[in-house]
Amino acid sequence: MATPNTPLWEVFIRSRNGLAHKHVGSLHAADATLALQAARDVYTRRGEGLSIWVVPSNAITASDPSEKGMMFEPAESKIYRHPTFYDVPDEVGHM
Amino acid sequence: MAVANIKVSETPLVLYALRRADDALILGHRLSEWCGHAPALEEDMALANMGLDLLGQARELYTYAAKVEGAGNDEDKFAYLRDVRQYRNLLLLEQPNGDFARTMARQFFYAAFADLYWRAMMASSDPTLAAIAAKSEKESAYHLRHSSEWIVRLGDGTEESHRRVQDAIDDLWAYTGEMFAVDDSERGLIDAGIAIDPAALKSRWLKTVTGVISEATLRPPSNNWMQQGGRSGSHSEHLGHLLSELQSLQRTFPGTTW
Repeated sequence: MATPNTPLWEVFIRSRNGLAHKHVGSLHAADATLALQAARDVYTRRGEGLSIWVVPSNAITASDPSEKGMMFEPAESKIYRHPTFYDVPDEVGHM
Repeated sequence: MAVANIKVSETPLVLYALRRADDALILGHRLSEWCGHAPALEEDMALANMGLDLLGQARELYTYAAKVEGAGNDEDKFAYLRDVRQYRNLLLLEQPNGDFARTMARQFFYAAFADLYWRAMMASSDPTLAAIAAKSEKESAYHLRHSSEWIVRLGDGTEESHRRVQDAIDDLWAYTGEMFAVDDSERGLIDAGIAIDPAALKSRWLKTVTGVISEATLRPPSNNWMQQGGRSGSHSEHLGHLLSELQSLQRTFPGTTW
C-alpha cells in the first residue's frame, strides 16, 4: 500500500533485561516519535516489553531470497564450525 | 425503562470519588466509540488502550465510592442505574468525539490536567485514593504525551488539520475552567488533606497547554468565559444520548450477565 505520509516502520522489542531486541512486526506512522508511540500501543499491550526500537523499513538492507543458495548453503556442510567436538571436563560445570 | 434509578447518599467523600469515576467512565466511553472507526489501525488501538485505562480508573473509584457509601451500591449500579442528572462528570468529557482533531483536543485538555492532578493526589491522606492516583498518574502521563504529539502534528500539519484542531480548541476551551472549580463539598476534603486544591494546578496546566498550542502554531483561545454544571448534574444534551447507549442493556435486561 502506498502511504507517502505514513511510511512503514519495523518494530523491535526487548522483553527483559539482558535479552536482545527482537523483531515483532511493523506499522505505519508519520515520523519516529509517533512510530514509537504506535509500537507501544500496538505491540506492548500485554506487558511484552521493557524497551522498543523502531526503524524505518526502508533503512533495512535485506538479502535477496533468490540468492539463498549462494548465501547460505555453503555453511550447511561445515558442521565442524559448531562447538560440539570438544570434551568439556566435568569440573567446568555449566557453560 | 423498567429499572429505577438508584439513590446515592452523596456525602463529600462519596461524591468526590463519584465525580472522578464519572470523569473516567464518560471519557473512556467516548474513546471506545472510536473502536473500529479510527483513521488508522495504530490509532484505533491507541484510543482503545486509553479508553481501557480510564475504564480501569472508573472501576476502582466506583468500587471505593460504594465501599465508603456502604448502601449496597456497586460499580455496575453506579454506571448503569443513574440518570443524567445523577452523573457528576466534567462537561468537557461528555462532548462528542467530532473529528479526530476534536477528540485529541478534548483528550489533551483533560490529560494535561489529570497528569498534574493524579501526581498531586499521590500525597492524599486517604490511602485508597493515593493508591489509585499512583496507578492513574502513569496512564495520564502517557495520554498527555500521546495527545500533545498529535496536537503539534495537526496544528503544524496541513491547512485542513490546522483549521480543524484550531476550531476544536476554540470550541472546547469554555469547558476547561470546570476542572479547577471547587465547591463546599470538596473544600472540607481539601482542608482534611484527602483531596488537593485543583486551583493550585492551574498555572502549570496553562503553561503546558499554551506551550503545546504555540509549538503547534495554533492561536491560544482568548475567551475567558467558562461553562460549568457537570459536577452538580447539569449536563449538555450529549450525555443523555451517551448514557442511553451505555445503559440500554442493563435497563432492558436488569442484572443480565454474559
